[in-house]
Amino acid sequence: MSIKQISVFVENKPGAMCAMTAVLAENNIDMRALSLAETADFGIVRIIVDNVYTATTVLKDAGYIHSVTSVLGVRIPNVPGGVNKVLNILTEADVNVEYMYAFLGKKEKNHAYMIFRVQDDASATAALMAQGITTLNQDDIETF
Amino acid sequence: MERYYQPEIETASREKIKALQDERLVKQVKHIWDNVPYYRKKMEEKGVTPDDIKGTEDLHKLPFVTKADLREAYPYGLLAKPLKDCVRIHSTSGTTGKRVVAFYTQNDIDLWEDCCARALVAAGATDEDVCHVAYGYGLFTGGSGLHGGSHKVGCLTLPLSSGNTERQIMFIKDLQSTILCCTPSYAAYIGETMKEMGLTPDQIPLKAGIFGAEAWSEEMRQDIQNTLGIKAYDIYGLTELSGPGVSFECSAQSGMHINEDHFIAEIIDPETGEVLPEGEKGELVFTSITKEAFPLLRYRTRDICMLSSEPCSCGRTFIKMCKPMGRSDDMLIIRGVNVFPSQIETVLLNQGYSANYQIIVDRVKNTDTLDVQVEMTPEMFTDNVGEINRRQKELVEGLRSMLGISAKVTLVAPKSIVRSEGKAVRVIDKRKI
Repeated sequence: MSIKQISVFVENKPGAMCAMTAVLAENNIDMRALSLAETADFGIVRIIVDNVYTATTVLKDAGYIHSVTSVLGVRIPNVPGGVNKVLNILTEADVNVEYMYAFLGKKEKNHAYMIFRVQDDASATAALMAQGITTLNQDDIETF
Repeated sequence: MERYYQPEIETASREKIKALQDERLVKQVKHIWDNVPYYRKKMEEKGVTPDDIKGTEDLHKLPFVTKADLREAYPYGLLAKPLKDCVRIHSTSGTTGKRVVAFYTQNDIDLWEDCCARALVAAGATDEDVCHVAYGYGLFTGGSGLHGGSHKVGCLTLPLSSGNTERQIMFIKDLQSTILCCTPSYAAYIGETMKEMGLTPDQIPLKAGIFGAEAWSEEMRQDIQNTLGIKAYDIYGLTELSGPGVSFECSAQSGMHINEDHFIAEIIDPETGEVLPEGEKGELVFTSITKEAFPLLRYRTRDICMLSSEPCSCGRTFIKMCKPMGRSDDMLIIRGVNVFPSQIETVLLNQGYSANYQIIVDRVKNTDTLDVQVEMTPEMFTDNVGEINRRQKELVEGLRSMLGISAKVTLVAPKSIVRSEGKAVRVIDKRKI
């Protein structure tokens, strides 16, 4: 099970992020998670939103270049060593994590959420499931 | 006291210069008609034969030659002498697909070196001087031209070529170089390096410099004169015509005397091709009247310029041209290298980018910088930063191999490049020249 992440190209200059998030705000898009990979000239903003279709449409209309990537949304026990446990499972399964970032999830006491970008979603999901770790699907995100 | 390398011609009366030009032009047209079929065809198309050319007043009847002709006729199409009579080839600093080659007989080399010797003597050189040539040697004409001129004057010649600046400075000090020949930007760089090494102008023996092959401003001249403690002279030339020394500055430092016994200059309207009266601004056109191997009639330089026949305080009677004020085509000269925006476009399209780009040329610390801004496209975008960086590097490499100089590539947002009336502004040249 995987979820959809939108990656947006933005220039690394004052106001660039502000202009991009304004497009989402104007269209009432709710962001569940956000991460920024930056270089000297440009950045890639990675977001998880409640409505992928609307978000990609309005971004495109506003002239933003974007792509949609599938990532894993992983429910992690909110205890010391929680992330380490998930990474141990992925390491055992020989899954390489390209990047990962935290998720503004449900207000749950016992769990946190993280996004993982891996090469092979299916085998990573299977390895996590086998150890009782749940991954989110797109419906979970939309109704969060 | 002004000194001349060849006073009898450099200070000849205008009548004598005109008579010499008339005679040489008639002979040159005949030589070309007889030996260059490409040219003969062009003349026939215009309905001109050598009989129509009786002197310089008939020059306007002849067809123009452009860089496009030179490329079309590459490599031997405009050659007017058998290869066995040629002794050397030089080539423009241009680049893939735009290269132009020029041929020289021994006589061509001799006359070219005379022109360079005139420039050196005008800058004060004598056989007592040590002439430090830091122009590039090789296919580029800068090194060989001034090197040959320096020999003619009898200077002790130091053929350093460019690069290794600290060693250049060591030689200037140890071997007592008095005349420096290089591009103005390299002269400025030598000056800055000297400063960094803690050297002041009075600690180095240089007294004059001959700087050309790229455009430079009066401010830059002042800068170089102050940091190096010298008098800085401009020199102009084109590989197509011979190399440096088509024209040169004298002690007046107010325009470059054209070596009119070898080159006839005209100013034309770049749109209509019509010859403009003296003092008007237009495109500079040259006819080489003594070149044997690679003679050109009415070659369009694309340099925008003005001519003046006002008498000069130096005593030379050759007319003067001002520093070129721009180009009538879109060619840029960056670090002495010819760059066409179309070349950059070719690389971008080959690598899958769009043709939405902007070239920003600037001069930082007297060195030209080239920044190519490219709009990101959906096709080239990926979520992977490493992949985008890899493609960016590939683009930098592609530009380097196409242009021969390095460029910085910046990826920008789509539609961020300013468009005026729907057309993107391709080139922003911030250099103050």
